[in-house]
Amino acid sequence: MLRFVLRRLLQMVGVMVVLSFLIFAWLRALPGGPVSAILGERATPATRAALEKTFGLDKPIWEQYLLFLGRIVHGDFGASIRVQAGTDALEIFFDRLPGTIELTTFALVIAISIGVPLGYLAARRRATFLDNSSIVVSLVGVAVPVFFLAFLLKYVFAVQLGWLPVSGRQTPTIDATHITNFFIFDGLITGEYDAAWDAFLHLILPGIALSSIPFAIIFRITRASVLEVLDEDYVRTAEAKGLTARVIRGRHVLRNAMLPVTTVIGLQVGSLLAGAVLTERVFSFRGVGDALAVASTERDYAVLQMLIIAAAAVYVVVNLLVDVAYAIIDPRVRTR
Amino acid sequence: MRISRRILPAVAAGALALSLAACAQSERGGAGGSTLTFGAAGAPSTFDPFYATDGETFRISRQIFDTLIDSKPGTSEIEPALAESWEPDESGTKWTFKLRDDVTFIDGEPFNGEAVCANLERMYDQGADGQTAAEYWGSFFGGFKNDAEKDPSLYKGCEAPDETTAVITIDRATASFPTLLSQTSFSMQSPKAMEEGDANGIKAAGEGFTFPENAKNPVGTGAFKLEKYDEANGTVTLVRNDDYWGEAAKSEKLVFRIIPDESTRRQELEAGSINGYDLPNPVDWNSLEENGNQVEIRDPFNILYLGLNLKDKKFHDLKVRQAIYHALNREELVKSQLPEGATVATQFMPDTVAGYNKDLEPYAYDPEKSKQLLKEAGAEGLEMTFAFPTEVSRPYMPDPSTIYDALRADLEAVGITVKAVSAPWTAYTDNVTAGKYDAHILGWTGDFNDAYNFLGSFFTEPVANDFKTSNISWGKKLSDDLKAADSIVDEAERTKRYEELNEQIMTEYLPGFPISHSPPAIVVDADTKGLVPSPLTAEDFAPVSVGGE
Repeated sequence: MLRFVLRRLLQMVGVMVVLSFLIFAWLRALPGGPVSAILGERATPATRAALEKTFGLDKPIWEQYLLFLGRIVHGDFGASIRVQAGTDALEIFFDRLPGTIELTTFALVIAISIGVPLGYLAARRRATFLDNSSIVVSLVGVAVPVFFLAFLLKYVFAVQLGWLPVSGRQTPTIDATHITNFFIFDGLITGEYDAAWDAFLHLILPGIALSSIPFAIIFRITRASVLEVLDEDYVRTAEAKGLTARVIRGRHVLRNAMLPVTTVIGLQVGSLLAGAVLTERVFSFRGVGDALAVASTERDYAVLQMLIIAAAAVYVVVNLLVDVAYAIIDPRVRTR
Repeated sequence: MRISRRILPAVAAGALALSLAACAQSERGGAGGSTLTFGAAGAPSTFDPFYATDGETFRISRQIFDTLIDSKPGTSEIEPALAESWEPDESGTKWTFKLRDDVTFIDGEPFNGEAVCANLERMYDQGADGQTAAEYWGSFFGGFKNDAEKDPSLYKGCEAPDETTAVITIDRATASFPTLLSQTSFSMQSPKAMEEGDANGIKAAGEGFTFPENAKNPVGTGAFKLEKYDEANGTVTLVRNDDYWGEAAKSEKLVFRIIPDESTRRQELEAGSINGYDLPNPVDWNSLEENGNQVEIRDPFNILYLGLNLKDKKFHDLKVRQAIYHALNREELVKSQLPEGATVATQFMPDTVAGYNKDLEPYAYDPEKSKQLLKEAGAEGLEMTFAFPTEVSRPYMPDPSTIYDALRADLEAVGITVKAVSAPWTAYTDNVTAGKYDAHILGWTGDFNDAYNFLGSFFTEPVANDFKTSNISWGKKLSDDLKAADSIVDEAERTKRYEELNEQIMTEYLPGFPISHSPPAIVVDADTKGLVPSPLTAEDFAPVSVGGE
């Protein structure tokens, strides 16, 4: 088992090196660059050339990449020019990560806590009004673009009704203490409960917008899975044995139906991170996604490189964990 | 009905949470009391304006720092600020500034002649990395101390004969001096803070810069001082400087909230959580006003032009260029595509700049004449790549693609074959500089009221990167004439010379085609009072208050 994990870890390092070079080269092949972003319209050819030289952008791509690797070894990931100018890109990633974790966790909680029970109920009451209307809702959830839903939510609940904040992570005038950058957690440990509550309110609208697609998928999978299980022989047997409806539903139907749902939830984590780019941008929610969006329009190379590589690393690690889990469940995988 | 009974408490809890949310919100209500909250489109890139080039950084710096000279509120004219008066010697190269004697920096250090010289010397004495970051110094003063022989600087030296006097010597007479000292980049910072904070310790790190302490703890003489930059929450909080030498700021706190998305800034304003934001989309102006907000339209201080790449010989015949200009229906474009208050341009500068030639007639829209001229020049069937930028909105072109479509249709109507190309903003400016397009749309917002700031930026060498005028017979003469005009000391004489040059540019040379001047707007809510819109987009927030306090 240890050898298997070690082998996979080595492969992972290889994947990351290749990936980082591809990202590095791809970014530099994109039109526009940090020099234009910094100098704007006023740049003369001489000032542009000077800045390119300072940034080392006049060197061949492989040399730039080697220098980049050399800097990374020394813990220097390059400074941001726009997202948080002057700050090291890795520091930005860790500054922004708590916000994204707060938001995606909240969205996932919404998606699961509504999607699973609703899917179950819809299956139990198949072809009733409840079933049909939830299917329509889930279709809308998948079909409506996140930015449009976000705009609509903000317009109704923030602008018109004034119930919830329009954007941001916390009301600036609240003057909260930030220790871990998990704003809710920070508010709880410092005893600034109003700040924690305020941060929670700021999560609601982006959380709902972000949860729309995972909710719809989880709902539909749960519904389909429950319908399938309800037809299984063991359910009929359980009924024939005279078990109570409660036991049948809880122990036999729900538990068995949950297997594919759990797999889908795992897959949704990835798409939540992707959805966070759009949602965070529209809600000015200072997370990794917002940083990525700003870095992309402003050609903030250091931040773009760091964030894309970090996202890739997360995927690779998750994959590794899944593989390890499979290897534990099914020993045959190890030898393949 | 076990399930519904289980769901009921959850529904009740949800409803309670929402109603609590409503209560909590109404208590906080965002910007109340004497806090002014302004929506910023981006994060400040530094708190040391010397190394900045972007408007969001300058907006914040302007509240924290003062310059020797400032622009008069609501105009592009200059007025005294930290310097009470200034006078040149006969040659126009030695300037004596009389300074205010009642100013201290927020760290208690006195503002005096020595402080002025310490600031200028610090700006001049940049290391290799600092030189590439200090774009404004490079643009206006040229070279730096350690390579003065290779690249001479406009700045020669500074002396402080007494507490309230600073004498600045420059290399040659130029109309831009001392006006250029009104630029926020050249703000006065505390010499002690600069020393302690290693002001010049900027370093290149990868494709960006890391800043020394001085750039994180700004120490100025302005109406506000920095309290906190909360990067995790995207807010910059300034507080009133109670020892300010001028009239104290009306608001106790000035908060900048970073909201990159324009429609979100608008929604925040409508929800009452910010008091204003800059550059509202012109299509929103009416509805913003209908909702009780104040859309302040600034006087246009910019130019939108259709630029030509004169490297290509097909544009070298004046008739071809005249034909292109006669083909453009600019009246219609301004009426249908540009915001209220926009005007048709007759030359490469707005009418508020000294040297504007008011007698110049606009080129008439005359497609027939255009076709005739093309025929005479033997350029029927002219083909050109014509480009526009995407994913950007500039004060002089709120929506590049609609402006482009109109211009392109005009060109095609006279038989010119247009190959449309576009690129995202940063790539676009790269390509224009590299001369990859035959024609492009671009513009300029003036830094201050000086003709050379417009004409010099476009047509002098080696700056002429957009029009490539060095490739045409008259290019060098135009560049030399403009430089000569800039060094005329007598203002009346200089103004007259620029008027002549403007006429010559538009009739004899026609290097490109001025299209329009557009007024950028700034919006504040109904309760916010005292904002004076600046044509230079250089608003001062000290006199601004919420709720008339």
